[in-house]
Amino acid sequence: MKISVTVDGERLGAVAGQTVAGLLMSRGRVSWRTTSRTGRPRGLFCGIGVCFDCLVTVNGLSDVRACQRRVADGDVVETGAVDER
Amino acid sequence: MSVDVLVIGAGPAGLAAARAARRAGARVVLLDSSDVLGGQFWRQPLAGGSDADIRALQHKWDRFVALRRVLTDDPDCEIVTGAQVWAVDRRDDAPPVVHALVGPADGGDRRRRVFVPRALVLATGAHERTLPFPGWDLPGVYTAGAAQAMAKGEGVAVGKRVLVAGTGPFLLPVAASLLHVGATVVGVVEASSWRRIARGWVPRPHELRPKDLMSKSAELGGYVRALAARRVPYRTGAAVLAAHGDSRVTAVTVARIADDWTPRQGTEQRVEADAVCVSHGFVPRTEIAISAGCALAADGSVRVDEEQRTSVPGVYAAGEITGIGGADLALAEGEAAGRAAAGRAGGAAEVARHRAFADRMHSAHGIRPGWKAWVGDDTIVCRCEEVTAGQLRTVLAATETRGLRSLKLSSRAGLGICQGRICGRNVEDLLPDAPLDPGRTANRPIVVPVRLGEIAAPPVEREV
Repeated sequence: MKISVTVDGERLGAVAGQTVAGLLMSRGRVSWRTTSRTGRPRGLFCGIGVCFDCLVTVNGLSDVRACQRRVADGDVVETGAVDER
Repeated sequence: MSVDVLVIGAGPAGLAAARAARRAGARVVLLDSSDVLGGQFWRQPLAGGSDADIRALQHKWDRFVALRRVLTDDPDCEIVTGAQVWAVDRRDDAPPVVHALVGPADGGDRRRRVFVPRALVLATGAHERTLPFPGWDLPGVYTAGAAQAMAKGEGVAVGKRVLVAGTGPFLLPVAASLLHVGATVVGVVEASSWRRIARGWVPRPHELRPKDLMSKSAELGGYVRALAARRVPYRTGAAVLAAHGDSRVTAVTVARIADDWTPRQGTEQRVEADAVCVSHGFVPRTEIAISAGCALAADGSVRVDEEQRTSVPGVYAAGEITGIGGADLALAEGEAAGRAAAGRAGGAAEVARHRAFADRMHSAHGIRPGWKAWVGDDTIVCRCEEVTAGQLRTVLAATETRGLRSLKLSSRAGLGICQGRICGRNVEDLLPDAPLDPGRTANRPIVVPVRLGEIAAPPVEREV
């Protein structure tokens, strides 16, 4: 089933059942976050929900693992989050 | 519904345990954090994958389909997917109370459920261990498991020109999966030498049953043929010593290594690649077992007796958390654990038979200490807190600590959001002397990061 997801303000077609990481990587993105200490780019690493490197914001809720969360129709995904401490 | 047997984890071990417990007449609840059954071994697309694609990427798929059918058709087996266990409370002489959040991954309004089972089977599996090397924090460096998950679950190749490196038989199916989803695999680099692989696998062949040997050989042979057909170079006694690139990987350095994995000077080669997938073995996911009070073996796996009993009354463990051994062993252990948890005996012989393979795999592919020589002072060890090996060494020298807990607090390594899962074992190994509290980095009373609002909410129901 085709669904529609907004990523960083851009509306994208997605497939129901895809994870956020699957959607981003199928569109050629390899990083979507920067680290808090040194500002280095990060994206997917472990792919199974263990490393927490792939965090995104989904529908306003931060710190969601992109490799674990499946996209739902109408989801608003924001990348580029820096965890601020 | 009363819970006779609660099973945590729906990979091969957990599925086999649930079915065995049901056959023995117990009412079963099966929890998994994913929203599909099968664990990492039988990871599959939630929707949209063709049967041919699934079969090309799966092994023992018919066994999974049969297990899934039996359990999903059974009204006395409640399957709860999207169930993240986040804590357990110990009880005297009984399995612990199990707390779960049910709903979309990391969502803010998941449902709280609390289980008070008569018996508990832990089948939480393993995650990969990746040794650090310069540049391993660059985008484009993945665990081999990530490449496998993206191929099997999403039909996505993690790169166009991909190098697969590390150690163990797992590198082969990962390379085959990458080929299937359209990547060019520029090489498979195995750290163990042929000599060590042969020494590990070949001795005492009479211990192995011909049927098992044929089955394993056929599985590995299939991958080798897939790689050979595409002319993928396979080399042994070598390792990725660095990944290069600015904002992503563009090349890696591969070099020959000695039997103890110390790099051989002057053998470095640069290989152009946009992705490198690395696996150095697996770490059992023991946090729930540790919180429940289960005793561990020296290698950090959960100690069990011949019927998969842990040291805690009513708590059983099966599959990779009792020692890394693959899906056949996990299925056999799950069967034995499920039966024992439901009050029946038997199944130990089947487990012992598969252990023989696991032991060989460890002697052929276990990590060797020379890897520390490829970690420079500015190599990141803890990815979350960005702590380098140099910083770790400085803190060690300044504090003279031998305690992992104090080292974590003084260096921040292992203090980040992954709760030390990625760096824990590596930090332990980088200590010059044995730590006073070995295995401490696997101690996580809160099993995963959860949101305060979710745990402040009262549980929906308490299931006894």
